Amino acid sequence: MLRHALLALLQSDVPGLPEHRVANMFNPLASPGASEKEIALLTFAVTGAIFVVVAGLIVFAMWRFRRKPGDDERQEPPQVYGSNQIEVAWTVIPILIVFVLIGVSARVIVGVENASPPPATVKLTLVGHQWWWEVDYPEFKVHTANEIHVPVAHNGSHATYLTLESADVIHSFWAPQLAGKVDLIPNRQNFTWIDPSEPGVYFGNCAEYCGTQHANMLLRVIAQEPADFNRWAAAEAKPAVDDPEMAAAKAMYQSLSCVNCHTIRGTSSRGTFGPDLTHLMSRETIGAGVLTNTHEHLRAWVDDPQESKPGSLMPSMKLTDRELNQVVAYLETLK
Amino acid sequence: MASIDYPLDRPRQEEEAHSFSESLYSWVATVDHKRLGLMYVVSALIFLVIAGIMALVIRMQLMFPDGHVVGPDTFDRLFTMHGTTMVFLVGMPMVAGFSNYLVPLMIGARDMAFPRLNAFGFWIFLFGGLLLYFSYIGGGGLGGAGSAPDVGWFAYAPLTSKAFSRGAATDYWALGILVSGAGSIASAINVIATTISLRCPGMTLSKMPMFVWVMLVDSWLILIALPPLSAAQIMLLMDRQLGANFFDTRAGGSAVLWQHLFWIFGHPEVYILIFPAFAILSEVIPIFSRKPLFGKPAMVGAVVAIGFISLGVWAHHMFAIGMTAWSNTFFAAASMLVGVPTGIKIFNWTATMYGGRIRYSVPMMFCCGFLLHFLVAGLTGIMLAVAPFDWQLHDSYFVVAHFHFTLIGGLVFALMAGMYYWFPKVSGRLLSEKLGKWSFWLLVVGFNMTFIPLHFVGFLGMPRRIYTYTADRGWNTINFVASIGALIQAVAIACFAWNVLYSLKKGEHAGDDPWDAWTLEWATTSPPPEYNFEKLPVVRSGRPLWDLKHPHDPDWKYE
Repeated sequence: MLRHALLALLQSDVPGLPEHRVANMFNPLASPGASEKEIALLTFAVTGAIFVVVAGLIVFAMWRFRRKPGDDERQEPPQVYGSNQIEVAWTVIPILIVFVLIGVSARVIVGVENASPPPATVKLTLVGHQWWWEVDYPEFKVHTANEIHVPVAHNGSHATYLTLESADVIHSFWAPQLAGKVDLIPNRQNFTWIDPSEPGVYFGNCAEYCGTQHANMLLRVIAQEPADFNRWAAAEAKPAVDDPEMAAAKAMYQSLSCVNCHTIRGTSSRGTFGPDLTHLMSRETIGAGVLTNTHEHLRAWVDDPQESKPGSLMPSMKLTDRELNQVVAYLETLK
Repeated sequence: MASIDYPLDRPRQEEEAHSFSESLYSWVATVDHKRLGLMYVVSALIFLVIAGIMALVIRMQLMFPDGHVVGPDTFDRLFTMHGTTMVFLVGMPMVAGFSNYLVPLMIGARDMAFPRLNAFGFWIFLFGGLLLYFSYIGGGGLGGAGSAPDVGWFAYAPLTSKAFSRGAATDYWALGILVSGAGSIASAINVIATTISLRCPGMTLSKMPMFVWVMLVDSWLILIALPPLSAAQIMLLMDRQLGANFFDTRAGGSAVLWQHLFWIFGHPEVYILIFPAFAILSEVIPIFSRKPLFGKPAMVGAVVAIGFISLGVWAHHMFAIGMTAWSNTFFAAASMLVGVPTGIKIFNWTATMYGGRIRYSVPMMFCCGFLLHFLVAGLTGIMLAVAPFDWQLHDSYFVVAHFHFTLIGGLVFALMAGMYYWFPKVSGRLLSEKLGKWSFWLLVVGFNMTFIPLHFVGFLGMPRRIYTYTADRGWNTINFVASIGALIQAVAIACFAWNVLYSLKKGEHAGDDPWDAWTLEWATTSPPPEYNFEKLPVVRSGRPLWDLKHPHDPDWKYE
């Protein structure tokens, strides 16, 4: 409990954006989510009416025709075998209801899927990995991970298009307040789009079971004003900060096997198995959202990721204290 | 006039005492459909308890945020084994068990058409189940990686490929299901052959009890739906053992192919599982309402229609894979269409109660529970069929709540009704009404307490199959309430188990026909002799015992 209170405190002052941690699909803040909510409400109305009528009939029959204490045990009620008229009635009426529902939802399905979404200002590729998200913005030359920055959409422009791919197993992109889910499937490209209407951090999860740490494959979509987004993208596109005072720490990092999995652009660290660390310190979280990006957490994570995310594919490298201090010190320069 | 000769309430034959080894041998070597049926049901109940305990551990882990009851790997194995066990080792043997025990009795036959195939079916099913559970010991394989399968009960590729599922756990999963599936197919063939060829004189198809009709359609559905699953399991085993690369995406295989093959089986499968519930309700509701089943021809038509439509809805499990708008629309429409025949069934059961004189014994109470729960499950099913709504609901806890409403609120309630109803036939003793009412009300409270709230946590973005969550996502209260509900359900099941054990020894003697029923199984002794009927019955209507009990107002005058 205390840990969470502390986390909440720490997080609230980092991004300066409202956080939507409770991802209520009935409080959508983007067009796809809003149209899904609309059809959900329509479905509620239809099924709710059916429920009231049918449950009412069942309960009425249950209550009205119960055996009462005074009834003659041997007396059988009139034996009724059925009625063709009634059968026809309760076949035809549901068929009509179903056809209305099919018609309406067909319109929405085709509408949503074949709609020409607002023109894109940002196109990004989201690649699912066991258990983190690779986020690439080819037009901006930005490679990052786990936190998806997008511009806020104004007046039907500035939508973000996502191309969804997977590097290993099936994952699923789901930020309920923005859009319903679309799977990330290996050997296949899927597409979706979002146009958040308000700045904020929108929480979500991987929604297709993808192995041990499926639960901690958390999603954050960070919607910013277009100007802020552009500033962020420009900063991310730069190569890593090269602080001459940190040369020793950097050399330590380069000498370890970290480089086999992680990329830090502008250095010889070019692995692609794990998240790009070029601007690690610009991210709010580490480990796909399991920890906030503080000094203590970063140190604990580098020391042994299995502690906070058991099963994570990043092993504990059994670094000595000195190695650990230097690696963390170097990572903390990657603003 | 054909002679009606099934005397009721004959003196009970006392069984001779046997030594333990003799009676063990008699059970192992038996080809008697009643004993095989019982063994199916008892093994299903044992697996139900095992998988139920797994569900309890899952709920304890999720009771509070950041739970530490089990770790992620154990949790993944738990939900995989829970789902696999409940579907393949509880639901399927319940189908086989109920149809084995009751179909020959209801159609006035002395056994199933192929008694030895029947025994083969049971033992191969049990062997498949044990093979699956052996994975807890052997699943590590030579490398010692892993134990039980942890790929989820629908085991999506490529999570099942060698690269992501090391050890032998997934092989045991595929083999266990493949083998027990052979048992289900054997039993389905047997039920079909039995109903086609062994009905007693006078029992035309239209006079066959509704239970037998539903089981007949169910068996056809098993026969059509299981082979694609077996094919998929064999392909998966070839992938893993022989490098066939059907589903290995890194070698150009297709992840979506597995989903199609699995759900072509998987959607009919949920109807295969719920059909016994339809069968039981169609017998129990008329007896306790004291009226014949309303609109029986329409009920038969509806169950055939459900069977057909269920073969064309599978891709509604795949709305999120990025199909074209037209495929989504087709599968949404087909899925909603199932609602029509299902609605007809609910209406007809209600109409059967309408105008009746309903006796609320425990079996009838469970039937009423079924009707209301199944109505909710059907309506949430319509919500899931609306593809754009499903993009939000898919793989969330809403789906978990939906299918537990069909399978617990529906199937388990109906199985309870069936077990309370036929226990006296099987054992000669009645189950205690008092304990039965306790187990009913506890199950109603516990079940709804668990699964109504879980719909809502789905709306709040909680995906299924996560082993942990943080306290800031708005999911805490609901998960806590759901876990308490799970504990109450466990008490309800314990109540039922105690009732069975107690009543077997000390229950009230039932006589041959305790419910004043109308179908042929009540025309023989309780328990029935090995040959079922001394003299094969001859029937003239759908309710032979009604004719016998009301010689001045028999059914055959109206049929």
